[in-house]
Amino acid sequence: MSEPTRGPKGRVEIKSEECKGCGTCVELCPQDVLLLGNDLNRMGYRAVTYKGDGCTGCGICFYACPEPGALSVYKIKDKALA
Amino acid sequence: MARDTFTKAECLYDRYVRKTKVEPDQVSTHYCPGCGHGNVHKFVAETIDEMGLQDRTIFISPVGCSVFGYYYFHLSNVQAAHGRAPAVATALKRAHPNSIVISYQGDGDLAGIGGNEMLHAANRGEPVTMIFINNAIYGMTGGQMAPTTLLGMKTATTPAGRTARNEGGPIRVVELLSKLDGPVYLERVALTDAKQIYRARAAVRKAIQNQVENRGFSLVEILAPCPTGWKMDPVDARHWIEETMMQVFPLGVTCDRTKEIAPSEAKPVPFVHTDLRALLDIEDESEGFAPNRTHSEGVERGVRLKVAGFGGQGILLLGQGLAECGMGDGYEVSWLPSYGPEMRGGTAHCHVRISERPIGSPLVAESDVLIAMNRPSLERFLPDLVPGGTVLYDSSLIPDGVARSDVRAVAIPATQIANELGSPRTANMVMAGAFARATELFTVDHLKASLPRFVKAKATLAVNETAIDRGAAHMEKLLETVMT
Ligand SMILES: Cc1ncc(C[n+]2csc(CCOP(=O)(O)OP(=O)(O)O)c2C)c(N)n1
Ligand code: SF4
Ligand code: SF4
Ligand code: SF4
Repeated sequence: MSEPTRGPKGRVEIKSEECKGCGTCVELCPQDVLLLGNDLNRMGYRAVTYKGDGCTGCGICFYACPEPGALSVYKIKDKALA
Repeated sequence: MARDTFTKAECLYDRYVRKTKVEPDQVSTHYCPGCGHGNVHKFVAETIDEMGLQDRTIFISPVGCSVFGYYYFHLSNVQAAHGRAPAVATALKRAHPNSIVISYQGDGDLAGIGGNEMLHAANRGEPVTMIFINNAIYGMTGGQMAPTTLLGMKTATTPAGRTARNEGGPIRVVELLSKLDGPVYLERVALTDAKQIYRARAAVRKAIQNQVENRGFSLVEILAPCPTGWKMDPVDARHWIEETMMQVFPLGVTCDRTKEIAPSEAKPVPFVHTDLRALLDIEDESEGFAPNRTHSEGVERGVRLKVAGFGGQGILLLGQGLAECGMGDGYEVSWLPSYGPEMRGGTAHCHVRISERPIGSPLVAESDVLIAMNRPSLERFLPDLVPGGTVLYDSSLIPDGVARSDVRAVAIPATQIANELGSPRTANMVMAGAFARATELFTVDHLKASLPRFVKAKATLAVNETAIDRGAAHMEKLLETVMT
C-alpha cells in the first residue's frame, strides 16, 4: 500500500453570485464539505460555502448543480503536491 | 472517465445577454432554484464541447420554461412553436444533414400539444437527438397538469388530483415510442442522486453520439425536478422523483438498436431535377419548349386567372392546360381546382396563376383575367375581376354580354365554334386559344404542343388543336377590329 495522500485532493470554486442556494450540492457531496452560508447574495439567495477542507475533486457537485457556472471543481494531482 | 477539471462548458455563454435587459450582465439562468433544466443544459453543452460539435449544432428550444435556450447555448438556435420542435428538427436535419440537430422539449410541449409531432418524427426515425424533460407538470404557465402528471397529483387544473377517469393516466413516452419501428435509442433517466445524474449525462451523450454516427432517432426522457410547480423544496423534489415518480416512470432503456446500425455519414436526400420533370411528364427541349425563357425586362409578365363554367365543360382541364403550357414555357404556375358539392351539376371553377416570380399562394382572390363559360359563373366571379381586367366569355351561352364597363369584355362564341367542329366538348380549347392570343403569355403553337400533357385521349388531339386555332383566330379578328 502506498502512503495515504496528505494534503488536499480537490478544490471546489464557488461563484456565490451564480448560486441559487438550492442545496442540491450540499445534499449530494459525498464528503459533506459544502454548506449553505448565512449571507444572502445579490439575488437574495443563501449561497453555498466550502467548509474549508476535505474536497476530493470528485465532481459530483458540479453535475448536481443546475447552474452552469456556479461551481467549478479541480482535482489536485499527487504529483503537483510533491 | 477520469477528469481533472469540471468547469462551465465553452458552448454556454459566459454572460446571458438578454433582449429585455433584465440584468445587464446576467450570469445565472432564469430557472428556479433546483430546476432540472439547468443540469440537462450542462450535459448537452459538455457533450458538444467534448465532441467538438459547436459549429455544427442547431439547438431547438421549445415553448416552456426552456424557451430561452438561445440565451444560454452558443450554438445555432431555433425557437419552435409550441410542440413543433420535432417538425422543425426534421426540416433542419433534412436540409442540413451534416448538422447536429438537438430538439429540447418539456412534457407539455412534447407529449401534450406536440404529441402528434413527436410520434411521427419517431415513427419516421428522423436521425436527430431529442431531449425530453419530464417534470410531470407545465412549469412555465404556473403548474397545470401535463400528460405526464401522476394520478392523484394536484395541479392548477386538477385541484382535486388527476384521475384516470377524467384526465386519463400519465403517458409513458419512452415505452410508447418503443412500440414503433423508427427509433434507435430510447432511455429514461432521472436527476436524483449522483449515480443517476451520471447515468443521465451518459444517456444524453449517447443520444448525441448516435447522431454524429448517423444511427437514427434517439430520445432521452429525463425525470427532472420542478420544485416550483410541485411546491417543494429543491432537495425534497429530488427525493420525490426517486420515491414517487420513478414508481410510475421506471428508469431504463426501452429500445436500443444502436449496435445493429452501422455508423455512416449523413447525406442529403438528393432532389433531382430530372426526376421532377419525369414526374410531371415534361420531357425535354425537343418537344419544342424553351423552359429557360428569358424573362421580360421591366414589366413582369403573369396572370391571376379564374376559369369558371358548369360541370362537364372541361373547366378544370382548361385551367390545368393553361398552367401546364405556362410551366413548359418556364413560368412559375399554380392550378387550384375547386372541388366540392358544386362539381356535380353546378358551377365548376379553378384558380390559375402564371408568374415570372415564385408564387406565394395558389389562391386567386382578385383576378386579372376571367374565363366565364356560362352565366351563373360570370355573375359569381365578375366582381373579383380587377378594374381594367379582361373577361373572356362564351357568347354562345351568354348572349346578353357583361354588365361592367370598367373591364375589357371579349365575346368568344366558344360553344358555337366547337359545335361547328363537331366536337362540343372542345369549347374549352377554343377559349384556351383565345386566351393565348389575348394575353400573349405563350404562343398558340406552344399551347398546341403542350396538349399531349393534359389531354390523355390521343385520338382527340387533332380536333383540340383545331379548336385552339379557331379560338386564337377569332381573338385575332377581334383585335384587328379594335386596331382599325
Ligand atoms: C399554442 C400555445 N398554447 C399554449 C401556450 C401556453 N404554454 C406556454 S408553456 C406551456 C406548457 C409548458 O410545459 P412543459 O412543456 O411541460 O415545459 P416546462 O415549462 O415544464 O419546462 C403552455 C401550455 C403557448 N405558449 N402556446
Ligand atoms: S468535488 Fe466532490 S468532494 Fe468536492 S465539494 Fe464537490 S462533491 Fe464534495
Ligand atoms: S447546487 Fe448550485 S445553485 Fe444549488 S446550492 Fe449548490 S451551488 Fe448553489
Ligand atoms: S417552473 Fe419548474 S420547470 Fe420552470 S424554471 Fe421553475 S422549476 Fe424549472
